[in-house]
Amino acid sequence: MKPIALDAARTTACPPSRWRPPRLSRRFVPVWRRNFLVWRKLALPSVLGNLADPVIYLFGLGLGLGMLVPEVAGVPYISFLAAGMVCFSTMNAASFEALYSGFSRMHVQKTWDAILNAPLELDDIVFAELVWAASKALLSGAAILLVVVLFGFAEARYALWVLPLIFLVGLCFAALGLVMTALAPSYDFFMYYFTLFITPMTLLAGVFFPLEQLPPALRLLTELLPLTHAVQLARPLLLGELPAQVSLHLAVLAAYAIGAFWLALAVLRRRLLK
Amino acid sequence: MPLSIRGLVKRYGETEVVAGIDLHLRPGECFTLLGPNGAGKTTTLRCALGLSAPDAGEIELAGLPVPGRAREARARVGVVPQQDNLDPDFSCAENLLVYGRYFGLQDAEIAARIPELLAFAGLEGRQGAKIGTLSGGMKRRLTLARALVNRPQLLVLDEPTTGLDPQARHLIWERLKQLIRGGTTVLLTTHFMDEAERLADRLAILDAGRILTQGSPREVIAAQIEPQVVEVFGEFDGNGGAPAWAARHAAALALRHEVSGETAFCYLTDPAPLLAHLATQPALRYLHRPANLEDVFLKLTGRELRD
Repeated sequence: MKPIALDAARTTACPPSRWRPPRLSRRFVPVWRRNFLVWRKLALPSVLGNLADPVIYLFGLGLGLGMLVPEVAGVPYISFLAAGMVCFSTMNAASFEALYSGFSRMHVQKTWDAILNAPLELDDIVFAELVWAASKALLSGAAILLVVVLFGFAEARYALWVLPLIFLVGLCFAALGLVMTALAPSYDFFMYYFTLFITPMTLLAGVFFPLEQLPPALRLLTELLPLTHAVQLARPLLLGELPAQVSLHLAVLAAYAIGAFWLALAVLRRRLLK
Repeated sequence: MPLSIRGLVKRYGETEVVAGIDLHLRPGECFTLLGPNGAGKTTTLRCALGLSAPDAGEIELAGLPVPGRAREARARVGVVPQQDNLDPDFSCAENLLVYGRYFGLQDAEIAARIPELLAFAGLEGRQGAKIGTLSGGMKRRLTLARALVNRPQLLVLDEPTTGLDPQARHLIWERLKQLIRGGTTVLLTTHFMDEAERLADRLAILDAGRILTQGSPREVIAAQIEPQVVEVFGEFDGNGGAPAWAARHAAALALRHEVSGETAFCYLTDPAPLLAHLATQPALRYLHRPANLEDVFLKLTGRELRD
């Protein structure tokens, strides 16, 4: 006869920690392709829609405000603004995709539930959402990048280097957005994220004016914001210069991306694999 | 073995939703989990598929331990969920294509299979139709076809006909029988007795997270309940209805009886004395029938509403 205690130990399962590291594999590809197939059906309106906002800002502020402030940090205001708009557009595209579209797939359409019945894990799905939102952000960022280069608001010399940066910024804000999606009871919840985080950050991260204009206390805060680091890399590149402290800025963006992705996954494991 | 569950326990907070379940499916059979809402049917399925970590117990799905190797096990299983989750942005054919990719199938392989799957779902010629244009029954059938894209050895269906009209239900049953004849093992949950009686080789009645009885429908009926039922209703000598009649006579004439609303249910082996008595009560009406699964179900799970 087996000892009872041993038997109990054998049959009592120990649920795995939801903080276990993400298990990533190429299995995310079919999920990414699913989203791509949906997007392809609406590609043109989607790209134009994503372009409209930053282009309006760029020309409205760049030309309008540019008349009043002819030069900022030694360049025409619209050239100063160009890098900010590329980052702003990337951030918005990644955020909207990870929040609204991601939430639709997870909660409303139950697309994730369907996928979970196939031989994929939640880790694969969330990773696919992350990469997908960053891919869409890459497209949006690249579109506005093309606009600013074509109109001569930016130097073309290092402009291609901005593309991998855009993708990283996309990963960063997709991951942050997925944390919100993981926590959201409904779409209304995302309004808080935009009004309390995205909008203030846009105003404080050096998108519209140089950070030097801010009081020192606020400067400290801006150093913590991911968008600040994105702008500090993109702006010199688009002015044809090499940025300073490249590894620091990249490290901050990467840390946000990895940390937020891990957090989102842990919250989603609790939410969906109850 | 397609699925084997031993001592499964699942708690949410203090509540034991599944309180020690043992199930062993035989290859090629249709096994039905029958239970009221909240009995633990869906939770049992989620645990079996590795989508929910059990608090205790051992599960083996398609020969692999779950949750340890659940992902690989799911490659051999098809699932029809309770709630349709087809992709609304895609056509019927695209739904099948995209789902097949999740199983690592090549596009050409899936494309070759799509006409056959659509025909099985009775959706020939609708490969380009958007999901929004399909009726509820069509969506269920497409979900069923989607679950077959990987040629599963085990098909799991969670309340596959809830919300469908009778024609649509019959068509689903017809297709499931076809699959069972073809050798697919089927595990389905339902709260419809006729569905269980029609399809199940074996069934288990579940309530409050426990299996109350299991066996073939006939075995369960024979083991759990008296073979004959007489339902009595109508007027009783101007003294009230069937409940008043039951209070006075039922105990003497039936082995067991229950009153529900205005009807008295009498369970017995030899109905002759009761029928003779009822013949003397012209105002009372009655229905005499053999006992069925619903009688067993109500006896075991009670008549109170479950919400």
